[in-house]
Amino acid sequence: MIALIDYGAGNLTSVRKALAHLDAKFSTPETPEMLRSADAVIVPGVGNFEATSALGNDWHRGIAATVEKGNPLLGICLGLQWLFQGSDEAPDVSGYGAMKGQCQLIDCGAGKLATTELFKVPHVGWNSLHKTRESWLLQGVTEGDQVYFTHSYAAPVTDDCVGLTHYGIDFASVVERNNLVGVQFHPEKSGSVGLRILKNFIDRIRP
Amino acid sequence: MLSKRIIACLDVRNGSVVKGINFEGLRDAGDPASLSRRYNKDGIDEVVILDVTATIEKRKALADTIRRVSAEIFLPLCVGGGIKDESHANAAIEAGADKISLNTAALQQPELLTTLAKRYGSQAVIVAIDAKRERNKFHIYIRSGQQATDRDAVDWAREAADRGAGEVLLTSIDQDGTKSGFDCELTSAVSNAVPIPVIASGGAGTFDHFVDVFTKGQADAALAASIFHYNEHAVSDLKHYLTHRGIPVRLSC
Repeated sequence: MIALIDYGAGNLTSVRKALAHLDAKFSTPETPEMLRSADAVIVPGVGNFEATSALGNDWHRGIAATVEKGNPLLGICLGLQWLFQGSDEAPDVSGYGAMKGQCQLIDCGAGKLATTELFKVPHVGWNSLHKTRESWLLQGVTEGDQVYFTHSYAAPVTDDCVGLTHYGIDFASVVERNNLVGVQFHPEKSGSVGLRILKNFIDRIRP
Repeated sequence: MLSKRIIACLDVRNGSVVKGINFEGLRDAGDPASLSRRYNKDGIDEVVILDVTATIEKRKALADTIRRVSAEIFLPLCVGGGIKDESHANAAIEAGADKISLNTAALQQPELLTTLAKRYGSQAVIVAIDAKRERNKFHIYIRSGQQATDRDAVDWAREAADRGAGEVLLTSIDQDGTKSGFDCELTSAVSNAVPIPVIASGGAGTFDHFVDVFTKGQADAALAASIFHYNEHAVSDLKHYLTHRGIPVRLSC
């Protein structure tokens, strides 16, 4: 059973539909205690990083306990950013902190770049994934495959980055450390490539 | 590199697509779910469902259409037409819409943009603007182009973005249905005025019209309805055409 965390940051209908399409079993825990029976966790979310403050210490502990058991955890969009220490978008809110670094506004240095290309923020639309190393989450995904993004803040490229995307700057679009993974894009809105990534995550759940 | 998006628009009435459904070689074209499935296969980047009846009694039918389309395609799905308040928006989102497009309601109660942006995020809120040339200005029309206003399209786009809209769906009333090309002047004027993506609509007739709107018009996305009904592979053919002209698009496998 996948625990799909609903902390009020955006609508989960699309994620639910994609999981149902892939025949995954999932439910939304109402309390952190209910995470004990989960064998995987998904932290979705769109919007302001501030919203992740709804995931207080009790949720951090509950999620950490299930991850320590070896269960996979997937952060989607805001959920990926939450895996890091924090974000400039809401400096007072601490992330889960499993991955080092701070998320920052996509600053393309408008005017400073020697290019005529217009970089609007938010970054909305289909952009390419560039694989930086082997990854179980990206199995079957081809270098350059495109996925659907909608965000203004992004995570830095660190050792945890397995896929990066370029939009004025390079940012981490896929992170992975053992059973902890995150995607900045929306796999539930990224056609067959996105479904493949979700399937890889579901397949990671131990029988 | 960020791709330019190609968006298919389905004008829906009582659960059926009502525009451009009688072209040859198109089976089941009246059903939005089967049409969406075909477009998805052909590489469409996004789908917009516009409810052209949008009466209270038809809202249930609309929710059912959204549910059926969103079960078929895992792509961004935008819904518009007659959304007047938070409850309409919520019903569409609960049924599976990712984005809500507001036109008349946004102009009449601009605070609705902010309310919806706070609740669902700006990425879920699209301001739809129908504009018409009058001398060297672009004036906004509401109620499906029936009623003139004294508002300037560029000013309103800027205000709507400030109030929380995450994208602009910009339709040229002059060009709509003419198949003589997008209004590139209108599109670039708005695109340069706002920090959010602009979807150009109205006038698509040839593949070159798309080239023009992405280059001269500086559009981030282009929307069309009937052009995609002409042949089975319009979307993929268009995307290959754009690629050969140096315009970045997503080519599906």
